[in-house]
Amino acid sequence: MNRFAALLDRLVYEPRRNGKIRLIADYFRHVPDPERGWALAALTGALSFRNAKPGLIRQLIAERTDPVLFALSYDYVGDLSETAALMWSTPPHGRNEEPPTLSAVIDAFATLGRGELPALLAGLMDRLDETGRWALLKLITGSLRIGVSARLAKTAVAALSEGTPQEVTPDAVELVWPGLSPPYEALFAWVEGRGAKPETADPAPFRPVMLAHGIEDADFAALNPASYRAEWKWDGIRVQAVRGHDPAGHVVTRLYSRTGEDISGAFPDLADALAFDGVVDGELLVLREGRVQSFNVLQQRLNRKSVTPKLIAEFPAHIRAYDLLVEAGEDLRDQPFDTRRSRLEQLVSRHDGGRLDLSPMIAFSSWEKLAEARADPAAHGAGGDAEAVEGVMLKRADSAYLPGRPKGPWWKWKHDPHSIDAVLMYAQRGHGKRSSFYSDYTFGVWTSEGELVPVGKAYFGFTDAELAEIDRFVRRNTVNRFGPVREVVHTLSEGLVLEVAFEGLARSTRHRSGLAMRFPRIARLRWDKPPAEADRLETLERLLKAEAPSPPEARSANSASSPQPEP
Amino acid sequence: MRPEDLLISTPQGLYSPAGDFHVDPTRPVPRAVITHGHSDHARAGHGAVLASRETLDIMAIRYGADFTRQRQPAAFGERVEVNGVGITLHPAGHILGSAQVAIDWKGMRIVASGDYKPGADPTCVPFEPMRCDVFISEATFGLPVFRHPDPAQETAKLLSSLELFPERAHLVGAYPLGKAQRVMALLRAAGHDRPIYLHGAMEKLTAYYAREGIALGEVRLTRDAKPAELAGNVIICPPGAMTDIWSRRFPDPVTAFASGWMRIRARARQNGVELPLIISDHADWDDLQHAILATGCQELWVTHGQEDALVHWALLAGMRARPLHLVGYGEEEAEAATATEGEAPGSGATGSGATGSGVEA
Repeated sequence: MNRFAALLDRLVYEPRRNGKIRLIADYFRHVPDPERGWALAALTGALSFRNAKPGLIRQLIAERTDPVLFALSYDYVGDLSETAALMWSTPPHGRNEEPPTLSAVIDAFATLGRGELPALLAGLMDRLDETGRWALLKLITGSLRIGVSARLAKTAVAALSEGTPQEVTPDAVELVWPGLSPPYEALFAWVEGRGAKPETADPAPFRPVMLAHGIEDADFAALNPASYRAEWKWDGIRVQAVRGHDPAGHVVTRLYSRTGEDISGAFPDLADALAFDGVVDGELLVLREGRVQSFNVLQQRLNRKSVTPKLIAEFPAHIRAYDLLVEAGEDLRDQPFDTRRSRLEQLVSRHDGGRLDLSPMIAFSSWEKLAEARADPAAHGAGGDAEAVEGVMLKRADSAYLPGRPKGPWWKWKHDPHSIDAVLMYAQRGHGKRSSFYSDYTFGVWTSEGELVPVGKAYFGFTDAELAEIDRFVRRNTVNRFGPVREVVHTLSEGLVLEVAFEGLARSTRHRSGLAMRFPRIARLRWDKPPAEADRLETLERLLKAEAPSPPEARSANSASSPQPEP
Repeated sequence: MRPEDLLISTPQGLYSPAGDFHVDPTRPVPRAVITHGHSDHARAGHGAVLASRETLDIMAIRYGADFTRQRQPAAFGERVEVNGVGITLHPAGHILGSAQVAIDWKGMRIVASGDYKPGADPTCVPFEPMRCDVFISEATFGLPVFRHPDPAQETAKLLSSLELFPERAHLVGAYPLGKAQRVMALLRAAGHDRPIYLHGAMEKLTAYYAREGIALGEVRLTRDAKPAELAGNVIICPPGAMTDIWSRRFPDPVTAFASGWMRIRARARQNGVELPLIISDHADWDDLQHAILATGCQELWVTHGQEDALVHWALLAGMRARPLHLVGYGEEEAEAATATEGEAPGSGATGSGATGSGVEA
């Protein structure tokens, strides 16, 4: 547990992806099985505990500390788990006991009953140091929040194969991952060249999905339209439908989210209707009378805890298929897109359970023609479903189906973002490589009273050269300092205008302007523009009214503060 | 007789009406007793200064030889009379030359301890507890969340990072007086025998430590080094320099910070630190309690830091206790340091002392 705690402690502060990979790989190299496998499980989110609630931690620490000192400490530290970890006084006898292993901790939490939890936790806390206690509380409350994705942890596993005769790529780890379970001893043996590649016994395992990069105007010059196929980008949920059978011949059907979460339970109607043998990649949508409904409608089904017959009848789920990964046991992922597509077309045409249709291709001869289709999907084949189109997808005709987000074979070309000219108001220093640069910018627009109000914050979109220019501007034009934040000059005639691109707007009570932007980023520096000519709040208000979707629980409002990953 | 007849707090700092002198005054006064050389305790412009020889030397290095009209060095344990009041310096274990001030008058003893730490430190004489009637303590880390780990364990974190990232320079923020030299000594004790690189602001004080016989191994200045030779090496700089333009010359450095504040994760992250090293020259929560109890005092006065918690504890322990609400202590020690940065004039170190890391360790 001490080694694991030290690892988490380093990861919390390490901003670089490569730095994180090296820290994790170094841990895997030095810690034996099964301990490292349980750590891998924790890092990939494969563990779930009977969560120790904050109330339990508060109760345990209250029993051991003076209330005044606890209140002062909590107030100072600001985080309950950290306060408890730091304040915990170790009893003299505790120091003589070996600190528990991560395996022992996980085992204890898996087997003990609820009533035994407080005593178990207290006993473990007694045997750990500050960092160990902090890591323990993070682990069992289910909030590691150390900036490590499952993909990153698997990349660190793959790094163990460096120097062995058979190097293993992160993608190769992804491919075997779905059939594995903690503590992953076979996986470690394989990447270290000590064992065979693990085989899965699951009749309907998840296959890591292929994702697309957002395309930029500059990218098109290098792309030949004849080499690409285009489809609509649907505003639903990416889903992988898997049907297979076990050795006894029992058919198993599963629906997975793009991260591999089994969501079959939420869509029993859809799972029952599927009748193919293979793995289909597509978009989960609600269709009514053959028409795709908006994401808002789909969300009403997603948000329900229990799946009632009424819900199923009102919100019938469908799959609009766009790829075929496996058919009748034959893995098609190495085949070109065109081959997979024609196999998919045949499969869908044979399918008679309903609920499964084909995402149509968009015919185009040049990028200009495709841009026209993207601007008006209804007139270019999407018809009545155009409302649910959020752009187009580009897939290279010869592209194999690769896990992750390889750059080049697949692109997503979403609707044009909005953009405004705003004035830089505050700048804050960044982290890691950017810690000597002012790289986080708060910008504002003018009110009708001639006052500048902040409307958003952005910390990407600019080049390194532009970052250096803005940094120089900030340092030379500081009018106020608040800790790591500098206020820069922003009058009608003096200041820096930023062209800010964003995906959408929503009402917000958190900002003085009453607005919040979705995905804001710096598109251009407008050194040429005086601040007086920057945009006005009315412009944004108009945009908001034009955008405002009819139901109040609109999607953009939900995701304004924390942009959701692309489905 | 009341302790207040012997010592009171004033806007200038602690003052003895009976002896007509100040302890660590924040403004120029006719006669000052100085506990140690950090800039929030030792200021220039006093009429006369009584302090340890090392503290007087350090003040001369920082402020110039004419920092006071009259210097009065006192050895540890040597009793000096000022207007009939006895003054004796005793080791405080904070930095080189740091002292507690025992003030005796008519059978009463008050000890003003300045900044202190009871733990081991090869760069200064260890703290000695003093019996007294009134003990005056700081409370920089006066909360039960502060329990400093073994500094050797923290040094090991730095060394293991050097091993894991041998192509990156390791930039360690540390206060130029005391902490910087202690980090060097800790690295040497852990067997690190490569040259240690220094920011220009550390040069004179580090040379002084070496002259005083504190072995710090081979030391080089970053301004004389090529960026490539810094890979895999330790660079020690004032905390303010870590986020300054100065730090851009090092390709992809690991930024570390040696301070007791690094115990609090949010604090370390606010400062953009990637490798927090919990190394402190102040007493932690347990140290404060042991030190205070060892004095046998009936009354505790708390100068600066987390005074509420420490006073609360002392009251529960049956002492009389109160905060003095002194202002001007525990502030940015690095500010002065960046100003004395001796390299690359015009490199644009514009007032960086005020940004970030407003902490004293």
